[in-house]
Amino acid sequence: MIYVWQPAALLHVGVWGFVATAMLSIVLQGSQGIGLSRLSLPFLVGTVFTGNRDRASVYGFTFYIIGGWIFAFMYYLVFSSVGHHDWWFGALIGALHGLFLLIVAMPLLPHLHPRIATEYDGPDANRRLEPPGFLGLNYGRMTPVTTVIGHMLYGAILGAALPPAIWY
Amino acid sequence: MPGTFKQENTGSLPQFEGPLPPEEYPAISDYALIGDCRIAALISRDGAVEWLCLPHFSGDSIFAAILDRQRGGYFSLRPAQAYTVSRRYISGSNVLESIFRTNSGEIRLIDCVPILTDTKFTSQLQPQRELLRTIEGISGHVDLQLEFQPRPAYGQKRIHIRERGRLGWACKFGNQEVYLRSAIPLHKNGDDMLRGEVTVAAGDRFDFSLNYTRHNINVLTPLGSESQKRQQATVDWWRSWLQQMSYQGAYHEHIERSILTLKLLTYGLSGALIAGPSSSLPGKIGGVRNWDYRYCWIRDAALTLTSFIDLGFIAEGEAFLGWMLHATRRTWPKLRVAYDVYGETHLHEREFRGLEGYRQSLPIRLGNAAGEQHQLDVYGEVIASAYEYVLRGGKLDRSEARLLKGFGRMICEFWRKPDQGIWEARDAPRHYTHSKLMCWVGLDRLLVMAKTGIVHVDMQKIEAERDAIAEFIETRCFDTESGTFMTAADCNEVDASILLLARHGFIDATDPRMRATYDRIQKVLGAGALLMRFPEGFDDFLPPGEGAFLITSFWAVEYLVLAGEIDAARERFETLLGYANDLDLYAEEADPENGMALGNFPQAFSHTGLINAALLLAEAEQKEVTK
Repeated sequence: MIYVWQPAALLHVGVWGFVATAMLSIVLQGSQGIGLSRLSLPFLVGTVFTGNRDRASVYGFTFYIIGGWIFAFMYYLVFSSVGHHDWWFGALIGALHGLFLLIVAMPLLPHLHPRIATEYDGPDANRRLEPPGFLGLNYGRMTPVTTVIGHMLYGAILGAALPPAIWY
Repeated sequence: MPGTFKQENTGSLPQFEGPLPPEEYPAISDYALIGDCRIAALISRDGAVEWLCLPHFSGDSIFAAILDRQRGGYFSLRPAQAYTVSRRYISGSNVLESIFRTNSGEIRLIDCVPILTDTKFTSQLQPQRELLRTIEGISGHVDLQLEFQPRPAYGQKRIHIRERGRLGWACKFGNQEVYLRSAIPLHKNGDDMLRGEVTVAAGDRFDFSLNYTRHNINVLTPLGSESQKRQQATVDWWRSWLQQMSYQGAYHEHIERSILTLKLLTYGLSGALIAGPSSSLPGKIGGVRNWDYRYCWIRDAALTLTSFIDLGFIAEGEAFLGWMLHATRRTWPKLRVAYDVYGETHLHEREFRGLEGYRQSLPIRLGNAAGEQHQLDVYGEVIASAYEYVLRGGKLDRSEARLLKGFGRMICEFWRKPDQGIWEARDAPRHYTHSKLMCWVGLDRLLVMAKTGIVHVDMQKIEAERDAIAEFIETRCFDTESGTFMTAADCNEVDASILLLARHGFIDATDPRMRATYDRIQKVLGAGALLMRFPEGFDDFLPPGEGAFLITSFWAVEYLVLAGEIDAARERFETLLGYANDLDLYAEEADPENGMALGNFPQAFSHTGLINAALLLAEAEQKEVTK
């Protein structure tokens, strides 16, 4: 089977990846704003690079948008390899993405992130951020729900909007 | 000894015996204030944080034992055995030091809300809010006891405290979270309380930090040397701020404490000054005049502006004026009496029955209905503040001048109408003399500014209205029979606010009418150096009973200075200094019979009164010396 590159696909991934990332941000930041969860993925990403709160938010959003595009391209590859894409399939992939983040990535974060403290060592001069804990529950009981919903929405948008790659 | 600050000689400080039985309320004057221009905590002599609202002055409380010993919540650090305690602020700061002496040894407790503006701190993650407490062993050994019982939302939210290993103890409530980080092992006492015990020997140091967040991921602060740096940085910040003070004359120490307190009560994110950090501390024990003062009264900000500028704090003066002119834009050209720290006008007042009240003084009120009242004097207060600012070299831009013009228009439109007056009476509106006076002041100062081209107004109209107000005060608010000015038009009462007729230059203090007014006020309302604000029965909407107001007592000092009675003014002023607590903090009121502090504590208005009276008195004394 030969994959035929479609230049327009990149444009679609760029546009819809941005839209899906924006929607994910609205859900996650909105949940934070109305008090459902204290998780802020951009803030967590930004604090990898700096301890300055203001700069962390700016850096975080920048890397977050870039990450959103990279993940959109990966979704595109998944849709293309399976040969199927629609909104509910995208939502399913999004749910898996969200669960992976909560179950695997979040508990690993204190060991990878230079500014997250651990329950074993406590905070120090650099590691001061509260760790997310299993399912991100340290950041609020609704964190798993809002994270999965946000990622389902992200996947649903990409599933509905991205064109399939053409395989011969 | 690993102490952060050099211990000064505390032998001359007042000593108090402790601890109080847990069910007993400390006196209002037993509290100390710490804060960071965003939050404020009241700490009892027994080392207990008994009032703390988060995330800002008028947020919900997490500790409110000051209003209910059982249900309010507190965070105490004190010796387990009997002790004597003395307190002071670390000089030039709002960092509190309490020394506990027991039979077996001495320890000191240092309390602060860190202020970290240096880049070495801002380049690190810091918690949204932090309360930092440190115990240091001075001599011998002392058994220390810690009790931590957070009760968010005025005791209405029960929480489960969870242990998080070396991170500390987490308490979540809604989208908010508090971590207690402790240098000593703690254990749970039920679901919502922590206890800890440790023996503190000379040279030991134990830190305790409360890290708070709302909406965001919490940041947890390290203890030990890192805490020490934060404490030192906080002391340095206050000292550096205080260095701007240009005044070095008489009563310097009292003025310094007052200005530090006013700065602490100024909300750093908007420049708004709150009237007081507490709510519902009663004007009479068991009484009902219990109000929530955690909001910004235009009047208080206006009076404080001149205090700040006169003392050399130009930036604060500008910030106050900026807040008054810009935070009030949402209602411009109309002004509300009070706003919240962000300029919000709906300070919905409700009576709260969830706590028993300070010494069973109910109701507890949250929010303040005065914000909805019509009080004419606020227009004059704002214009007069801008005038004082300009007089001291400040500059107004065109938009600010336009705002002032709008306030002048409001005075012309409304001064003939009755209002609720400075004392915020909740009965029928009246034509209060003080309100008319401030309308006169507003138009008078506007005219002066117009003559120098700072504002552009219809001078003829303003002058005519100003003169009409003057005529109204001199005829309708003056009682020819007694030869005195009255509280309101066509009445036969006096209140303390009419002393300000002389202070604002409406009439000379030595004018026989003003002198007779002072004499009558003193006769009717005086209680030694203290002065009640109005006679009993003045406001029929609430049962009588309250203390003498400190601000009105300081107005009497100002009147005496203006009348040239410097010795009498000095004597009265120095007597009033005795109504402060051991830390030089003033409540809103004092009981004329026993001097007990009453009302919300500490009160910005009282401290502003002290500064203004002290400066006026010092200036008059200086003139006497020069003569």
